[in-house]
Amino acid sequence: MAARLGLDVGLPLANARAICPQLRVFDADQAADAQTLIAIAEWCDRFTPLVALDPPHGLFLDITGCVHLFGGEAAMMRLLCDVLTAQGFAVSAAIAGTAVCARTLTRHAHGRIIAQGEEADAVGPLPVSALGAGETVVIGLRRAGLKTIRDVASRARHEITARFGAGFTSLLEQALGQSDAPISSLKPLPDYIVEKRFAEPVATEAVISATLSGLAKMLVAAMAQQGKGARRLEARFFRTDGAVRTIMVDTGQPVVRGEVIDRLFRERLGALSDPLDPGFGFDLIRLSASRTEIVVQQQRDLDANVHDNDELAALIDRIAARIGGRRVVVYLPQDSHIPECADLAAPAQHHLATAVQATWPARAEGEPPLRPLRLFERPEQIKVIAQVPDGPPARFVWRRATHAVVRAEGPERVAMEWWRAQGEMLTRDYFRVEDEAGLRFWLYRDGLYDREIVQEQDKAVQPNWYMHGLFA
Amino acid sequence: MTGARTNALASLRGSIERIETQGDAYSPRRVALGHAEADVTLQGGLALGAMHEVFAEAGRQGAVATGFVAGLAGRLTARRPLVWVRQDFTEIESGALSMSGLAELGLDPRLLVTVRATDVDSALRTAADALACDALGVVVLEVWGETRQLDLVASRKLTLAAQASGVTGLLLRMAAEPQPSTAETRWIVRAAHSPPWSSAWGAPVFDAQLVRNRHGPVGRWIMEWKCDECLFEKPAAYPQPVAAAPAHRPHQAGALAERRRVG
Repeated sequence: MAARLGLDVGLPLANARAICPQLRVFDADQAADAQTLIAIAEWCDRFTPLVALDPPHGLFLDITGCVHLFGGEAAMMRLLCDVLTAQGFAVSAAIAGTAVCARTLTRHAHGRIIAQGEEADAVGPLPVSALGAGETVVIGLRRAGLKTIRDVASRARHEITARFGAGFTSLLEQALGQSDAPISSLKPLPDYIVEKRFAEPVATEAVISATLSGLAKMLVAAMAQQGKGARRLEARFFRTDGAVRTIMVDTGQPVVRGEVIDRLFRERLGALSDPLDPGFGFDLIRLSASRTEIVVQQQRDLDANVHDNDELAALIDRIAARIGGRRVVVYLPQDSHIPECADLAAPAQHHLATAVQATWPARAEGEPPLRPLRLFERPEQIKVIAQVPDGPPARFVWRRATHAVVRAEGPERVAMEWWRAQGEMLTRDYFRVEDEAGLRFWLYRDGLYDREIVQEQDKAVQPNWYMHGLFA
Repeated sequence: MTGARTNALASLRGSIERIETQGDAYSPRRVALGHAEADVTLQGGLALGAMHEVFAEAGRQGAVATGFVAGLAGRLTARRPLVWVRQDFTEIESGALSMSGLAELGLDPRLLVTVRATDVDSALRTAADALACDALGVVVLEVWGETRQLDLVASRKLTLAAQASGVTGLLLRMAAEPQPSTAETRWIVRAAHSPPWSSAWGAPVFDAQLVRNRHGPVGRWIMEWKCDECLFEKPAAYPQPVAAAPAHRPHQAGALAERRRVG
């Protein structure tokens, strides 16, 4: 319609208005366009797992081996185009042996299906601009008098390469079906996929969870044949109106039991802050294992230690599925003497085995605890009165309460790691103190007198004191 | 009273007794704390497979209560994993749990799995889940402040989960007042002074008050956590907080003798 009137991309707005006075104008929103394209690609995932974007408004689907599921190429293309047209999109589709050939065909006509070996004849009469090679190449070819793709193909390849580069030659060869390049799929191909299609869309929770447990059993059976277990699982819910929701669950160790998968998804679905919205129902539910590992069968110990570890890992997986993997942590010792860097919280799903075998520095026998039980991640500044400038504090104010120091021990001097570039940090003098109520604290003074805190001529510089931890 | 009526009464009494003891029919295994008097009061020690509550009345006593809970956990489980559930903001309020501090108390940081929950609801749910997993030794649930969610129903859920699996639950409440619950024991813990004459001061000393005990009397003791032996003990002749440092020899000797007698 627009093309018939003579409107084209790049036309100045005033000219367009002159051609067509009743023109309605909208601002281009490229981000939204890209989002829509990705949403359509997600929906196309129901036809084949290999979907690639061809920006700004194209999609490649590798339908090798999927066609028979939809009753042949023509039926599949009709189904896809009908649904997209019903949604209000203008669709031009083609099926051919190579992706570039199919794209070239869509530029000219809708609905062509080209058998293997007939690509050159099909694209031959089309204009060179259909190749999608860029403005400069198209202008160059036109100036050389090469109007159609057949004209270009009739020239020797080395001439074309010398004039337009190797990239254009390979594009041409792909369009003619003489060579092929793989498409770069939007998502990595999952290792195992099981799915269930519904003639009537389903919306109730009972049916959805029953479907998921059935799919989990099928998936486990498929993986068991190759001795694999799933580390990452994906459930995809395809809504009738085209929206696709993906829910992902990670596990700490390969899962080989259907009930475990079922339970993990139930936890995950129950804890979604943005619950699954069935709308008018789902017509396809798919479960895939996107990361799998070979399962090593372990000898069960007599004292059932292995079993205990399995149960702990399963518990961690369940909690992580509900509240997130980063919220379940184990601690790993770090090679640092700075108190707040001495341990590192790592996700328990991935580091449980390491943490169980880690070696922590042993405590000094016969000594009271020298490190506090609770440590403030960010030390809190306090007001301190000390008898001598570099001595222990006599009284201090922390969180608006004054504490009188009854006993103090220190200083324990902790120098910063000068070999690491982390800005200028001052040496800390730590004191272990007990107040009149029996509470025990760990304080430090930031900076050494006379060396790091230099007394200036006329004004007195006070060092900062910080509360860093609380002893039991 | 006729014989038939007596019989009926007796059978009724019997059935009431059975109903009453049904919940307590399990005979819990107990772990001695090490503190002789407290163990006598607790009839052998802290019950496994039950909930125990530890309260810190003010926020600044939080670390002390944490130490007490860590000590209890250390007594209750030697080799089994420990799950510690807490809310995000308690780290800002009373500090994060330090692994080196835990190791200094004689506990093993390798056995610890920490869950950082966003709110009380998810913390409760996670704790109930963890209590149902019998591979664990102890589950600690740390809750800051007064909460509506931690009512009798929630408490009952936790207790049932603990009974079913045999995992012990420790509920650490900071800046909160004790409320009715189904816990086996309830403690209020405050800091106590280090013994004044000792040069190696700073060992964790607790003023532990047992305010509820479902199966026995209550009491209040000064307990010292022995980091090397990993047990609670009575501090050697504990004087009153403001007592002068020296000149307590006779008293101290007496107390030592008493300790030997009991121990």
